Amino acid sequence: MIKVEGLTKRFGRQPVLRGIDLEIPTGSITVVIGRSGGGKSVFLKHLIGLLRPDAGRVLVDDQEITRLSGEALDAIRRRYGVVFQGGALFDSMRCGDNVAFPLREKVRLPKTEIAKRVDSALAQVGLEGVGQKYPAEVSGGMRKRVAIARALVTEPEIVFFDEPTTGLDPVLVNTIHHLILDLHRRHRFTAVMVSHEIPEIFEIADRVAMLHEGRIVEVGPPAQLQASQNRVVQKFIRGEPEGT
Amino acid sequence: MSEPAIPAVLRPLDLLGGWGISIVASLGRFGTFLLAALGAMVTPPLKFWAFVDRINFIGFRSLLIILLTGAFTGMVLGLQIFFTLSRFGSEAFLGPAVALSLIRELGPVLAALMVTGRAGSALTAELGIMRITEQIDALEVMALSPMRYLVAPSIFAGILTFPLMTAMFDVVGIFGGYLVGVELLGLSPGTYFGEMETFVNMADISLGFWKSVCFGVIVTWVCAYKGFHVGHGAEGVARATTQAVVLSSVLILVWDYFIGSVW
Repeated sequence: MIKVEGLTKRFGRQPVLRGIDLEIPTGSITVVIGRSGGGKSVFLKHLIGLLRPDAGRVLVDDQEITRLSGEALDAIRRRYGVVFQGGALFDSMRCGDNVAFPLREKVRLPKTEIAKRVDSALAQVGLEGVGQKYPAEVSGGMRKRVAIARALVTEPEIVFFDEPTTGLDPVLVNTIHHLILDLHRRHRFTAVMVSHEIPEIFEIADRVAMLHEGRIVEVGPPAQLQASQNRVVQKFIRGEPEGT
Repeated sequence: MSEPAIPAVLRPLDLLGGWGISIVASLGRFGTFLLAALGAMVTPPLKFWAFVDRINFIGFRSLLIILLTGAFTGMVLGLQIFFTLSRFGSEAFLGPAVALSLIRELGPVLAALMVTGRAGSALTAELGIMRITEQIDALEVMALSPMRYLVAPSIFAGILTFPLMTAMFDVVGIFGGYLVGVELLGLSPGTYFGEMETFVNMADISLGFWKSVCFGVIVTWVCAYKGFHVGHGAEGVARATTQAVVLSSVLILVWDYFIGSVW
């Protein structure tokens, strides 16, 4: 389980997270929703140890990662897979090499085994035969799927998705969401996703947390959020502009 | 919890203090960045192919510009020094004058400035783009050290290739001076090279060598640091690249004076 307690972060004089408390159960798909620029990605970066909070802590299976660094933090990160907003594929490497990279660098496996795993990972995201292309030669949707394949190829226990469908058309948004759901059913990883794809995200989430002005204002199963009486939640779900 | 408001009279002090703290923090980050890179350079696992790639990127691909600028620098030196020496009837010293100017001073400095413009700026832009597209973050969350994969190979390549490129710059420059002094202006080849042997000694070559090693560290360190700590978007990369080239060039000249004065 990932447990977040009183997470606070400010950049300069600008507070971004104002004391977030959240529990992410093992094996679930937990989606953090909220307006663009509301601190969702900053929150996620605290969970993966890329940012350190001003106050509060993040516990992964009772181990506080906010105090860890070096090898101790790397040991936790080896259990992670991360899909970044823009994919973060290494643009100097072919798609296949991108997927193979964590295997080559983190796991001692024979070349044939790595090739087999890469082919399998690409096949799982529906991208057979794309391995020889560079990221710049494939579409945005394909890049996201390559990024998902790279995140999952080491079979991580916890996978973080930072707005994995941003900038994609509605068909691709659904394709990626169902791909994540399908992969989750097969591999049973704990998924933490940041998204503002409403209402599509309710179809795949086990729990949804609404982040607003640096605080979690509501958390629960999708049905609970959809039936919420909280005005902020309702306005966000309905897509109503501010001040109405 | 919001911070208490600072009285207007104390705001300049607050700004000055904030500025001072940020300068000290930046210098601290700058220093620890180099230490972390040097640490990654000497501890396993060493990334052999990353080193080879950086040697190609910083060294081999800068060769053409080094040879070209070296040749013309030597030719200009040959021309100008010949006319100066001829006023004193000392043309025979053209060879040593060209060689000493290049080996002690112009070779290391100009080669370093050329590599800063060609490879240093590219290094900053490359790392900057990797930073803003989260490729460096991706390495970190894979529990792989960006220092080991991206920075250490560049600094190592700088240490290795700068002296080699400086040597090539010097040699080509000396032959450039030969072309002008001997082939164009009629000095005898024996005089040009013979006097050089008499006046150029190992201490001069050592000075040029150590200068180029230092410049290799300075350029790759500054350029990698600026790329690593880039601001936002394309403008951030552009600004970091400019800062890297300017800061590297200034530090090359400052360090050149410093090391030249204590040698």
